[in-house]
Amino acid sequence: MNWELIFGQIKWTSFVFAGAIENPSLSEFIASGAGSVAVLGALAAVILLTVKGWWVPLWRDWLTSVDHKKVGIMYIAIALVMFARAVIEAALMRAQQLAATDSGGFLSADHFGQLFSTHGTIMIFFVAMPFITGLMNYVMPLQIGARDVSFPLLNAISLMLTMAGAILIMVSLVVGQFSTGGWSAYPPFTGIEFSPGEGVDYWIWAVSLGSIGSTLTGLNFAVTIYKKRCPGMTLFRMPLFTWTTLCTSILMIFAMAPLTAATVMLALDRYAGFHFFTNGDGGNMMNYANLFWLFGHPEVYILILPAFGVWSEVVATFSSKRIYGYTSLVYATMCIAVLSFAVWLHHFFTMGQSANVNAIFGIATMIIGVPTGVKVYDWLLTMVGGRIRFTTPMLFHINFLLTFILGGMTGVLLANPGIDFQVHNTLFLIAHFHNMIIPGVLFGMFAAVQFWFPKAFGFRLHEGLGRASFWCFAPGFLLAFFPLYWLGLMGATRRTYMWSDPDYLPWLALAMAGAALILAGFALMVMQIVVSVRQREPLAAPLGDPWDGRALEWSIPSPPPDWNFAVLPEVTARDPFYEAKKAGTAYRSPAAYEDIEVPRNTATAPLIGLFACAWAFGLVWHIWWLAIVSFVLIWVVVIARSFATDTEEIIPAATVKAANEAFLAAVRSAPGVTRDREMTSENRGRAIPEGLEGRSGAVSSGAAVEVLS
Amino acid sequence: MVPGAAYAGSFLEPAGPIASAQLSHFGVISALMLIVIVPMFVALPIVLWRYRRGGKGTYRPDWEFNWGLELLIWGIPVALVAALGTALWKHTLKNDPYRPLGPAPLVVEVVSLDWKFLFLYPEQGVATLDLLALPEGRPVTLKLTSGTVMQSFIVPRLAGQIYAMAGMQTKLNLIADATGDFVGRNTQYNGLGFASQSFTARVMSPNDFAAWVAGAKAQPAALDAAGYAALLAPSVANEPVIYGRFTPGLFDQIIASFAPGMAAGHSGHAPQAGADAPAAHQHNDHTPEAAQ
Amino acid sequence: MSLSERLHPGINLAGTDPESHEAAEEVLFGFWIFLMSDLVLFAVLFATYAAMSVQGIAEGPGPAQVFDLTAAFVETLLLLLSSFAFGFGMLAMKYRESRRAVLGWLLLTGGLGAAFVGMELHDYYVMITQHAAPPQASGFLSAYYLLTGTHALHVSSGLVWMAIMAVQVVVFGFTTPVKLRLMRLALFWHMLDVVWIGIFTFVYLFGVAS
Repeated sequence: MNWELIFGQIKWTSFVFAGAIENPSLSEFIASGAGSVAVLGALAAVILLTVKGWWVPLWRDWLTSVDHKKVGIMYIAIALVMFARAVIEAALMRAQQLAATDSGGFLSADHFGQLFSTHGTIMIFFVAMPFITGLMNYVMPLQIGARDVSFPLLNAISLMLTMAGAILIMVSLVVGQFSTGGWSAYPPFTGIEFSPGEGVDYWIWAVSLGSIGSTLTGLNFAVTIYKKRCPGMTLFRMPLFTWTTLCTSILMIFAMAPLTAATVMLALDRYAGFHFFTNGDGGNMMNYANLFWLFGHPEVYILILPAFGVWSEVVATFSSKRIYGYTSLVYATMCIAVLSFAVWLHHFFTMGQSANVNAIFGIATMIIGVPTGVKVYDWLLTMVGGRIRFTTPMLFHINFLLTFILGGMTGVLLANPGIDFQVHNTLFLIAHFHNMIIPGVLFGMFAAVQFWFPKAFGFRLHEGLGRASFWCFAPGFLLAFFPLYWLGLMGATRRTYMWSDPDYLPWLALAMAGAALILAGFALMVMQIVVSVRQREPLAAPLGDPWDGRALEWSIPSPPPDWNFAVLPEVTARDPFYEAKKAGTAYRSPAAYEDIEVPRNTATAPLIGLFACAWAFGLVWHIWWLAIVSFVLIWVVVIARSFATDTEEIIPAATVKAANEAFLAAVRSAPGVTRDREMTSENRGRAIPEGLEGRSGAVSSGAAVEVLS
Repeated sequence: MVPGAAYAGSFLEPAGPIASAQLSHFGVISALMLIVIVPMFVALPIVLWRYRRGGKGTYRPDWEFNWGLELLIWGIPVALVAALGTALWKHTLKNDPYRPLGPAPLVVEVVSLDWKFLFLYPEQGVATLDLLALPEGRPVTLKLTSGTVMQSFIVPRLAGQIYAMAGMQTKLNLIADATGDFVGRNTQYNGLGFASQSFTARVMSPNDFAAWVAGAKAQPAALDAAGYAALLAPSVANEPVIYGRFTPGLFDQIIASFAPGMAAGHSGHAPQAGADAPAAHQHNDHTPEAAQ
Repeated sequence: MSLSERLHPGINLAGTDPESHEAAEEVLFGFWIFLMSDLVLFAVLFATYAAMSVQGIAEGPGPAQVFDLTAAFVETLLLLLSSFAFGFGMLAMKYRESRRAVLGWLLLTGGLGAAFVGMELHDYYVMITQHAAPPQASGFLSAYYLLTGTHALHVSSGLVWMAIMAVQVVVFGFTTPVKLRLMRLALFWHMLDVVWIGIFTFVYLFGVAS
C-alpha cells in the first residue's frame, strides 16, 4: 500500500499536536493550544448548529444565497473570526519580544516566524480585504438604488473563494506549518531550496484563492456601479462611499493580476523547478519584488479608499450637514487611485537602483500626500457649520483625523530614500503602516459596523459599550504603536523574536500594554454585539433611518427586504434621502408596483468554494488525486450551472406592495425622534431631520434651512 | 550579538557624515511636515467645540464649498510637496550610496551568509567574519553580494542599508568620523538565526587600522574555496574570525557561482581573477536594475 | 434608450433580437472588464518575459537558438483563421439563427484552434527533446513557457467552452443566454488573437532577430 499516493506528504507528525508530544516546550504547547482552539471552535460550531437545528437555515438562507446583503454579512463574519486569531497572534508576538530580552522568551524562532507571517497574511488578505469587500457588498447597491450587484452568483463565488482561502489558513494551524517568509513572502527565502515543506505552499494557495476572489469582486462592483445606478443617479450624485468603492474596484481589477502572476511563478519555482526567483540559473528575485509591490502598493489604497468612503458618510451624517468639497473629494480619490500605481518602488529603495530612480519614486509617493491631505481637511471643513454628535463612529473619525495625519507624516519621511535607508525593515516601518491601517482601515470598518449595523439587522448596537470599546481601541493603538516608532529609530528590526538591548525594554512594555488594551477593546466589541442582540427589542429601529441619514439606503426598512427597493427610486440631487425628508417627499407611496425578478439561491458557489479549498489542500500536501479530482469538480459545477435554466424567481407585485405599504404606514404613523433622543429606545428609525424639529411630519418643499441656534 | 550602550545601533547618534546627513534630513522633513499637521491639531478641537451639538457655531447644513478654502487646502500641500520634493531630490542624489565619497577609498567586499557576514579586504589581503574593521576618516566603498538568500546590510551609525543579493553586486559608500565599536546587522528576515545576525563595525584611527591589518595578516587561518563552502552552512558566528589571507577573486567567484558573467571589474581595486570580459559588463556597476 | 443604439463594442444584436440586445449590455460590458483584467495578467507575463529573455538566459540556450519561426508563423495563421471563422459563426448566429451554420463554423473554429494547440505542444516537444530547452533550464525559458503556456491554456479552455456551447446550441437553440455566451466566447477568442500577435512579435520575431 503506497500511503503517499493517498495522503501525499501528510504524516502523523504533520499534526500540530505531534510537536507537543515529541518536543514538549511552551512554544509547542502554544502551537498545540492554537490548533486545539481551531479544532474545538469548529467542533463547537458544529454542535451548536446541530443542537439548534440551524444546519438547514444556514445552508438554505445563507451559504446558498446570492443576495448581496447576505454575502456582505458573511464576508464581515469571516473578517471578524480571522481578526480574532490574528490579533491574538499579535499580542503573543508582543509578549514574546517583551519576555525575550537576553533570554529566549517562550516562543521558538520558528514559531515566531510563523506568527508574523500568518498575522500579516491574515490581517491583509482575510481581515481587511473581506471587511471592505463585505461592506461594499452590503452598502454600495443600496446607495445606488439597485436590487443587487450585476453578477450575484459571481459575487457569491468570490465570497466562497475567499472563505476557502481563510479555511486553508485555519487548517494550517492544525496540519503542518505555515510559511516563515512574512506576508510578502520574498524569494529566494521562500523558494524550495531555503523553505522546503508545506509552509510557503499554504501561503501561496491561500493568497491565490483570495486574489482570484478579489479580482472577480472588483469587476463585479465596477460593472454594478457603471450599469445599475437608479434613474437620475449620475456619477456625480453618487454618495462618496460608492465613489470610493468604484475606485477600489478599478484598483482590484488592475492590481490583483500581478499578485496572481507572482504567486503562480513562485509555485512553479517550488513545484516544477522553474527559475523565476531562484538563486542562479537566470532566476531573479527582483522581479518578484516588482510584481509583488505592483500589487502591494495599490492594495494599500484598495483597503484605505473604502474606509475614506465610510469617513465621508460618517462625518456628514453625524455633523448633520452636507459633505464639504464633494467634487474635490471625488477628484482626490481618483488621483490617489491613479497615483497608487506609480509608487511601488518605494518598498525597495534599498535594492540598489540609481539615485534618480529612487528620487522619482520618492517624489511620486509624496505627491499622493496631496490628495490625501485634501481629503483630511475636507472632512474637517465638513464639520464646520454642522451640529456634531459624538457618537461612536464619530469618535473613531476624530481619532482617525488626528492619528492618520501623523501616519502621513511618517509616510512622507519614509518616502525619502535617505531616511528609508535607515528605517527600512525596522519597527519604524511597522509603526507607520499600522498607523495607516489601524486608525484608517480597521477603525473605519468598526465605525462602519456601528453605523450600518442597524440597517442590516434592524436594531442599533449598544452605544455605551461601543464607546467603551473605542476608549480601549484608540489609546490602545497609540500605546501599542507609537513606542515602535521610537524603537525603530533606535534600530530595532522587524520580524525579530528577541533583542539584547535593555533600552528597548520600557518601550516594549508600553507596546505590550497597548496590545492588551486593543484586546480589551475587541472583547468589549464582541460583548457589545452580544448585549445588543439580547436587548434588540429596546434597540430596535425597523423604520430604517436611525441616524438621520442622507443616502438612499436609509429610506428603506431595516433590515431591507430581499428586493431592496419596492420600486426603483428616482434621484434628482446628492443626498437624495435627506433632500426628500427636507422637502417632505420622503415615504411616499409609489404610483404602481411591478413584479420583481430575483435570482434563486443556488449551491453552485458553496460547492465551488468547497472544491477550491480541497484543491488547494491537495496542492499544499502534494495529494495529487485530490487536487485533480477537486479541480475537475470545480469546472463540472460551473458547466452544470450553465445548463440550469430556472435560475430566477418572480416576486409578485402584490407581495411587494403589501410589504412596502405596511412599512410606509408604520413610518408615517411613527412619531419621529429628534437627535436628542437618538440613543434612546424611542428611536425606532424615523428621524426628524436636524434643524427641522419644529416641523415634524411633512415639510413644504423649498424651505430655507438656515437655522440659527 | 552585541548588547550595546544606549542607541548603539541607531543613526540618532551618527558617527559619520552619511548617517549625520540622514539624521538632519529626518529633522528637516519632520519640521516641514508640521505645516500641515499643526493646523489640524489646532483647528479640530476648536471646530469640535464650536460646532458640537449645542455649541455656539452657526448651523449651515447646506454649506459645502468655498473657493478660498479650496485653494488653501490644495495649494498648501502642493507647495509643501514642492519643497519636500526638492529637499528629497537634493538629499537623494547627494547621499546616493553608490557615490564615492573621496579618492582612493578602502574597498571592502561583503558577502552575506546565513547568519553572518564575511568581509574581504582585497587591498590588504585579509578577511574577517562578523567584524568590519575600518579606518577613521578614509572613504570606504563596500561591495555587497549574498551567498544565500537576500539580506539587507546596515551599520546605522555610519550609513543606511542596502540589499545584498546572490549573483548581483550592490554598493554602499561611507565614511566614519569617530572611532569606536558600532553595531551592524542584517535587517531582512532570513530564517532562524536572523535575530542574532549582527556584527561589530570597529572604527580605528589610521595607525591603529594599519596595526590591525598587520596583526590580521599574521593570523594563520586562511580562507579558500573549501573554507568558503564550509561557511555556507547556516550558523551564527559567536566570535569574529580573522583570516590572514584569502583566495584572490573570491568575491567575483561567489557572484559568478550564481550568475556567470555578472561579476566583473568595476573600480580597479578588486582582483580581476575569474571575471570574464570585464569591459562588456561595465554597466553592471550599478547592478541590479541600473536605470541609467 | 433606443434599442438600435450600440450598447457595447463588438457585434450588437440590435435589429435582429431586441430582447437579447438589451440583456447584452451589462453582461458584455462585464466581460470586457474581465478581458481587461486578463490582459493585465498577460501584460505582467510579457513584462516578466521581457526582463528574463535578456537577463535570465544564464547557461541555457538563447531565444534565437530554440525558436522555430516557421512553426510560429503557421500557428499565427491558424489562430487568425480560427478567429475569422468565429466571426462568420457570429454573423450566422445574428442573422440566420441557423444551428447547422453556427455549428459548422464552431467546428471549423475549434478545429483550427485545436491544430494551433497541437502545433504549440509539438514546438514544446521539439524544444525539450532537440534543444535541451525545458522550462527548468533557465529563467528565460521559465518565462517563455509561462507566457506561451498561459496563452495555450486560455486557448484550450476556449476549446472546452466552445464544445459546451455547441452542446447548448443543440439543446437550447438560440435563447438569449446561449447567444450572450457565444458573444462572450467570441470576444474571448479574439482577445487571444491579440495576445498571440503580441507573442509572435515580441517573443518570436524579436527573439530570432536579435
